[in-house]
Amino acid sequence: MTAAVAETQVGCPSGLEPPADGVSVDPAPYVRRANGLARLDLAVFGAKCAGCIRKIESAMNALPEMQSARLNLSTGRLSLVWKDGAFAPKEISDRLDSIGYRAAPFDPEKVEKESDREGRGLLRSLAVAGFATANVMLLSVSVWAGGGEMGPATRELMHWVSAMIAVPAALYAGRPFFSSALRALKAGHANMDVPISLAVVLALSMSLFEFFKGGPHTYFDAAVMLLFFLLIGRYLDHRLRLRARAAARDLLALQAATSSRLNADGTLTSVAARDIAPGDRLLLAPGDRAPVDSVIEEGASSLDMSLVSGESAPVRAGEGALLYSGVLNLTSKLVVRAVKSADASLVADLTRLIEAGEQSKSRYIRLADKAASLYVPVVHSLALATFLGWLFIGDIGLRASVMNAVAVLIITCPCALGLAAPAVQVVATGRLFRSGVLVKSGDALERLAEVDAVVFDKTGTLTYGKPRLANREEISDDVLKAAASLARVSRHPLARAIVAEAGPGQPAPDAIETAGAGVEGTVGGAPARLGRAAWVGAPEDNGDDAQETWLKLGDAAPVRFRFEDRLREDARETVEKLEKLGLEVEMLSGDRKAAAASIAERLGIRAWRAELQPQDKIARLDALKEKGVRVAMVGDGLNDAPSLAGAHASFSPGTAADASQAAADYVYQGDGLAPIAETVVVARAARRRMIENFAFAALYNACAVPLAALGHVTPLIAAVAMSGSSIIVTLNALRLSAGGRRK
Amino acid sequence: MTAILFLLPIALLLGAAGLGAFMWALKSGQFDDPEGSAARILLDDDLEDEERKS
Repeated sequence: MTAAVAETQVGCPSGLEPPADGVSVDPAPYVRRANGLARLDLAVFGAKCAGCIRKIESAMNALPEMQSARLNLSTGRLSLVWKDGAFAPKEISDRLDSIGYRAAPFDPEKVEKESDREGRGLLRSLAVAGFATANVMLLSVSVWAGGGEMGPATRELMHWVSAMIAVPAALYAGRPFFSSALRALKAGHANMDVPISLAVVLALSMSLFEFFKGGPHTYFDAAVMLLFFLLIGRYLDHRLRLRARAAARDLLALQAATSSRLNADGTLTSVAARDIAPGDRLLLAPGDRAPVDSVIEEGASSLDMSLVSGESAPVRAGEGALLYSGVLNLTSKLVVRAVKSADASLVADLTRLIEAGEQSKSRYIRLADKAASLYVPVVHSLALATFLGWLFIGDIGLRASVMNAVAVLIITCPCALGLAAPAVQVVATGRLFRSGVLVKSGDALERLAEVDAVVFDKTGTLTYGKPRLANREEISDDVLKAAASLARVSRHPLARAIVAEAGPGQPAPDAIETAGAGVEGTVGGAPARLGRAAWVGAPEDNGDDAQETWLKLGDAAPVRFRFEDRLREDARETVEKLEKLGLEVEMLSGDRKAAAASIAERLGIRAWRAELQPQDKIARLDALKEKGVRVAMVGDGLNDAPSLAGAHASFSPGTAADASQAAADYVYQGDGLAPIAETVVVARAARRRMIENFAFAALYNACAVPLAALGHVTPLIAAVAMSGSSIIVTLNALRLSAGGRRK
Repeated sequence: MTAILFLLPIALLLGAAGLGAFMWALKSGQFDDPEGSAARILLDDDLEDEERKS
């Protein structure tokens, strides 16, 4: 089916990504102007490959006075700079539309802070720590290996150079830990960064003291190596979080929609949704979304209400009907009057529900934090006991007692703990990525491993959610080919379904689409029309309410194309697999009872509910939560987004609404549901690996602490033990990857 | 032993050069768009432009 999409003339030329649905909005209110230059940042959807970069950038550079147009493929962000006034900003979105990409303007105030300053800081610290570790190790190894042969003067030179590198490097690279530890102490509690900072600072100051006293043992290498390993873990963790935040960006872009305001004198102004006041009259062209809750004043049209109900079948609405914000106008022009401001409208409500759900999720205590809360008091009291023990019982003097206590702190320092969770998470997300599942946060794996039940949304999740040709056998190949050649120029869902069925081919050269009616052109020398029954000249009433389109080819009788939503092929298999994994399966739907019942029966799902509003779905999840059931939610509609955010873990298909993908923990690609079961298996394995890693770290400490407390640990042993434990933990994490190789 | 007097600075200098190169790369945006950079080598639009000029 992807091959078929590639042949249509819009969207990504590689066929990796289907052309984006929907229509771009006028970005005019988001243009920033300074010094005669206009700047605009757009989120572009549907760009995937080099061909997309070329297509988009050359289309933008073809605009007059365009000074720079650059598409960042990693973030999907298009930055434009042009001479102000050279063209109307609407041109930009029109051009992107015509080549098959959808663009949403950023609200610069909201996104400006998004630049990854923290990540760069961590990377810089990591580079400095790496540099220092390598060089100090070079010097330290020569001291350890030189042993008896090296004279005290040479040794002192080595220590002196080590100190010159290690002290500034550790102070620089340790900043992320120091500041976090200070914040925690100020708030009156200890986190993992407190013992880390303490160990680094103590190791440095003790080494300096020893160095000035001319002693043989310094821990400069241990201090910087510790920071190096921990920064690796910290950076991996940060990368995972960043990906989650990049997904939230799409939601912001969605909110930055604009619409056309109809002024009293009949002119149109493009306004941002946030500037619309109740009472404003707005013009909704086909393809526009209602920016705020509003009432239809003039016109009648088919509406896509999937935002509210989750069902994609269009609904007819006329004068006086209430439009919730986010409802998509499909066929004809409407004049509507705003009844609420953007803040009070449904999309804003959904956003708030999503935020509330995410907050409850952020209260989740991660396995690593649980380990840290156990670890900190134990290690600190051990170090204190060592110090007091040597001072009063061992009676070896203050300096040696401090040395041994610091050795305890250094050797127990949580290198392995710091890597235990992030390494496993990175390997597990990498394996899932190869299977087409995008994991958006590290703790999502931990949460999914604890889940007891899976709740499915029906439309678009268990079913394709897209119309598919239902009466293929009634249509001859030639007719289908003719219909497809017209359909290729359209982005209407029914036209797409015809193209998908027909496979690759060329569009009819003179095909023209009329909004709200259909496509006409010449096929094989005869005039042809594909579209609504009345427009084609076909009987309008056929006794069923199926979605349909008609093809009239030359003088022949019109042919009817009937469409229906189909169940995904592996839905039943996936449900069975999940049940075998010990999970309860339930289905929630906004659809009519009869439709939901027949699907539930075909899938063997015993627990199901129908005719639910978004709030009802959340209420159901809350009810399950109160019973102590931890739920994984699978859904695709914008109306599912709040329940996705509120569930213990959540999935959303790659075809889902932007907001749902932003709210879900996992986004899976492809037509099947199989990735869900696989993700559960991987998440459980990841949790097992993490616990093993923590157990290993505990075991390692149990062996190393007595040695350190008894004063048998030299800097060499500390360095070997520290890197050894880190490597073992990482290798254990890598075992996860072995099962997932597919290619 | 005098060898280390110049070997040490050389080793440190090489390390520092590597560190400096990485910092420069980070600062000049080499890591801003890894996917885009990977895809851009496939574009030869700029090549045609230069050939036309010469």
